[in-house]
Amino acid sequence: MLKSARIRELRLELSILAVLVVIYGLFFSLAPNVFFRFDIYYSFMSTIPFFGIMALAITLVVTLGQMDLSFPSVLAFSAWIFGKVFEISGNIWLALLTCLAVGVLAGALNAFLVVQVRIPSLVATIGTMFFFRGLVNISAQGKGISLVEAKGTFFYELCVGRIGGVIPAQFLWFAGLAIAFWFLLNRHCFGSHILFVGDNAESARMMGINVKRVKTIAFMQMGLFAAFAGILSTLEVTYFWPSQGQGYLLTTLAAVFIGGTSVYGGMGTIIGTFIGALIIGSLEAGIIAIGLTGFWIQVIYGLIIMVSVSIYAVLLRKRGEA
Amino acid sequence: MADAQAESAGEGWQNGQLLSMRDIHKSFGEVNVLKGVDFHVGSNEIVGLVGDNGAGKSTLIKLITGVHRPDSGEIYYKGDSITIHSVKRSRALGIETVYQERALADQQTLWRNMFAGRELTHALGFLKVREQKDRTDKMLREHIGFTSKAITTDSMVMSLSGGEKQGVAIGRALYFDADLIILDEPTMGLSLSETRKVLDFVQGIKRRGKSAIFISHNIYYVYPVADRFVILDRGQVAGEFLKKDISQDDLVERMVLLARTGKLD
Repeated sequence: MLKSARIRELRLELSILAVLVVIYGLFFSLAPNVFFRFDIYYSFMSTIPFFGIMALAITLVVTLGQMDLSFPSVLAFSAWIFGKVFEISGNIWLALLTCLAVGVLAGALNAFLVVQVRIPSLVATIGTMFFFRGLVNISAQGKGISLVEAKGTFFYELCVGRIGGVIPAQFLWFAGLAIAFWFLLNRHCFGSHILFVGDNAESARMMGINVKRVKTIAFMQMGLFAAFAGILSTLEVTYFWPSQGQGYLLTTLAAVFIGGTSVYGGMGTIIGTFIGALIIGSLEAGIIAIGLTGFWIQVIYGLIIMVSVSIYAVLLRKRGEA
Repeated sequence: MADAQAESAGEGWQNGQLLSMRDIHKSFGEVNVLKGVDFHVGSNEIVGLVGDNGAGKSTLIKLITGVHRPDSGEIYYKGDSITIHSVKRSRALGIETVYQERALADQQTLWRNMFAGRELTHALGFLKVREQKDRTDKMLREHIGFTSKAITTDSMVMSLSGGEKQGVAIGRALYFDADLIILDEPTMGLSLSETRKVLDFVQGIKRRGKSAIFISHNIYYVYPVADRFVILDRGQVAGEFLKKDISQDDLVERMVLLARTGKLD
């Protein structure tokens, strides 16, 4: 049977869903006292969105056939800007604007290096990763910034408040953005261009798609959402700390790859990334809950990643053509 | 100066020349690909652009379609200068191309490939998916004549055979009703019956009153369908012949001579 693109995508999404079901099946059966209560889900909903939102944004970059390793550093630097501007001006909306602007500009720097200077994105963003982390180090001088004054403001409630007293607002942002990103990638002209450029940049150019502009926008939106994630994670604890963002690099990328998006570009699944983030985000707590020591965490992460991407490699190889 | 240019351009159009290229030079880095080429296409004319590998044929057409810009020289289309030019503009002007590389994206569906770079959208840029799919379906059934039930608008390009991919690329060019259709090695990798189909397409272009540039190594395919032959060799026009002035065998012989000695006679 000729491969329909929809069926291929569906297979990937069903696979990752199956992985989620299996994992939670294990959690439910081995640690029912934890997983049948709301508390742990409350914890997941509070923490997953910080890297989950970045995972959604970076899915676009990976679908484009590019990579961005700088986002945790951009998160930190824009979070510092957020904290500093708020501290100085007392105006949280101003802090929001400058923070997002810095994120976008950081993305623009990545875009400049990749698109104009033509450095491969993997290499360029290693450079900017160190650069922005360095800027944070210099700016913060190892000190944190308290944002306690922000607590209780409308903006605070909007970002990380508890909706209905129960649901962390950041999770609603995460879910809402997942829907928005799905529509962007699958039903919007820009998404079509991303798919095309990631698939075959030369073909895209010959068809009149502005390849440089597509790449530039993709990197800039990554910076934007890294900044937004920075705001959320800062407000959640009403505190900025200089090593913010560290530790998100691999979890974010893992979420994308176990979700099924192809590192070669030309194909991306937002649903896969969303579920991937849920899996990666709940794994650590779940492993402890079922009684394994923390030492098991890394090997299980590794196993899940290897198994998932192997399934995808097999599924995708069945095209019958190189 | 501008007036004289405009006048001569107008003259070109008045002379029935759809496309007129004058003294075109193009280099890529140190490689001098086109060294002073004059090339034109008339109304309702099929021009066979022939020559060996590396002659510069593909580069020449990429200048027409706006993928590249000439280093010097001028290009006129329907009397207007298109020397500085973009792919978008060339399509808006009614120039469609079937590139040698086909310009398809393998992992994407037919309905995305059809409208690549000219997506049908609503106000905010959201795709008119239903409409794109319907039009793609129409194109598949009517223009290309895919009867196989296995090929649908949702099929990925990579699951098509070489001939079917070519059919999609050609169908795409024809669908948008261009006045000038450029086909760069459209029969490459095709079976005999698929090649026959391509040549029928080209003859169909002539019947509809449009023009085409047909690039091929293979004189035996080009000869029956073209009105005029332009031979490009190492970046320059080596010779031009009207079909009525030269037989197929004669043309083949001259091309062989050219390859061997660098001269046409």
